[in-house]
Amino acid sequence: MLSKASYTQLGSKLDVVVSVVLSVLSFLCAALLCLILWFLISESWTLIASGQWQRFFLDEGWYPLEGLYAMTPMIVASLALTLGAVLIALPIGLACAIYLEFYARGLPKKAFRSLLNLLAGIPSVVFGLWGLTELVPLIAAIKAPGTSVLAGAIVLSLMILPTVALTSAAALSGVNRNTLAGAHALGFTQKTMIIAVAIPSARSGIISGVLLSTARAIGETMVVLMVAGNVVQMPDSLFAPVRALTSNIALEMAYALGDHRASLYASGLLLTLIVWLLAYLASYLNEKSRVFARV
Amino acid sequence: MTVAEVIDSVIDNDVAISPTSLHMDIRDLSIYYGEKLAVGGISLPLRRGKITALIGPSGCGKTSFLTTLNQLSSLNSDVRVDGDIFFDGENLVKDSIDFLTLRRRIGMIFQKPNPFPLSIFRNLDLPLKEHGVKSRALRQEKIEKALQDVGLWEEVKTRLNTPALALSGGQQQRLCIARALILEPEILLMDEPCSALDPISSGVVEDLIMRLREDYTVVIVTHNLAQAKRISDFTAFFWTENNAGKMIEFGDSQCLFQSPKNALTSAYISGTKG
Repeated sequence: MLSKASYTQLGSKLDVVVSVVLSVLSFLCAALLCLILWFLISESWTLIASGQWQRFFLDEGWYPLEGLYAMTPMIVASLALTLGAVLIALPIGLACAIYLEFYARGLPKKAFRSLLNLLAGIPSVVFGLWGLTELVPLIAAIKAPGTSVLAGAIVLSLMILPTVALTSAAALSGVNRNTLAGAHALGFTQKTMIIAVAIPSARSGIISGVLLSTARAIGETMVVLMVAGNVVQMPDSLFAPVRALTSNIALEMAYALGDHRASLYASGLLLTLIVWLLAYLASYLNEKSRVFARV
Repeated sequence: MTVAEVIDSVIDNDVAISPTSLHMDIRDLSIYYGEKLAVGGISLPLRRGKITALIGPSGCGKTSFLTTLNQLSSLNSDVRVDGDIFFDGENLVKDSIDFLTLRRRIGMIFQKPNPFPLSIFRNLDLPLKEHGVKSRALRQEKIEKALQDVGLWEEVKTRLNTPALALSGGQQQRLCIARALILEPEILLMDEPCSALDPISSGVVEDLIMRLREDYTVVIVTHNLAQAKRISDFTAFFWTENNAGKMIEFGDSQCLFQSPKNALTSAYISGTKG
């Protein structure tokens, strides 16, 4: 029979084992992240080092086989697609969130929420397929070729819409009930209460959700590959076909060698850094909004 | 007949309250959450320019009662109200009334200060805009006056555009009172306005409530019996019976605290029950 003392001893030994295993696992996760970063840097080093990275912005165009690596058109295209998607998804997503939190009740509320969750679960290739077969012809009817910034932004916006809507809804539901009761007690209309009190109270959470969605949109590859046109050029209108940084990697990695290959890794590095920055800002704001809600 | 008895006889007799001094008349009010009775059969006259305190243990329906008076309870679709609340010739329970106008005329202060997460100025500007004060100059004038009324002007006049949530708890509560006063209400409902504040802030807010007497009709829920005794003109004592709140005794505060008529009231205020 074990005495009380040996129980404790056994317990503390087990504690040590568990803590070591958990530390090793967490360390591995963190190390993996560093490994990816190191891998991206080392593979693109030949072009990053010795000031060569400037060529990404100064070269005359993207002709990798001739040693010209200007990424500016693709960076601008990625930003335009992302910005367009966010501009479409933000008002619609916010409207969905307001409906969910302040107007929907009972079954419609449940159904609408599950619908948004379902939308979030659709694989991006399916969105791309839909965009290519349904949306692109519609846009082509206005202006050929149809594959364009507009098509990419619309399909991307549908992809990030559930994230914007659900994170905004969560932010709105986190608004102090006491604050909202105060607005009602002053005889505010529902509209004023939502616009002037609830949304400003939830702003950090809403912005945090938008940043996460932005990160998702800028990193998305399949959809933009399928519907944005893949022409490397500075977009001059919403109808211009463009190539995003992500699709560029997917399109060319199969045959890229030497500096060309390094330039693709460099664009991957750039994308990773942008997404990390956005994710960091999002979590910072989220933390801030939680502090806010506690007040 | 002692003086207290004379006063009691006056207070117990509704006829003795002149129509001008009666500001709101609550008759046989019952509040249900779904099928469950929360508070039953409350009859209570609110006298103009007087402070009426509601005392009693937690969960006896004081707050439910209070939120029925400005129809904030109507936001909860589970709540059902029976009885009558007469206010300015209308029956708030039975007539169809405009809740938004009613809530402008009946302000409310909550237990936890709840300024909006906006600037101090916006907190006061928003209610004015919402109730149609279009002139910016007039709004500014009213904001300054409201802040002066609650003794906050000197403390915040140089930082009106800073977040209201950066103020101390006591300052926040005074801002909330200013926010209610700025709409020039007739009645102020206060739900334990000092209970979340430190003793010093609590004292400041209590002094402020005393100054509001005469200009406003105040109904204040409080767990602080000494406070009720100090500041109120009338006191209603609520108690829970069979899981539902009811009013045990109502009367002039001095009489109620010195010589309660009901044994339960006596036990509660002496601290042997509750």
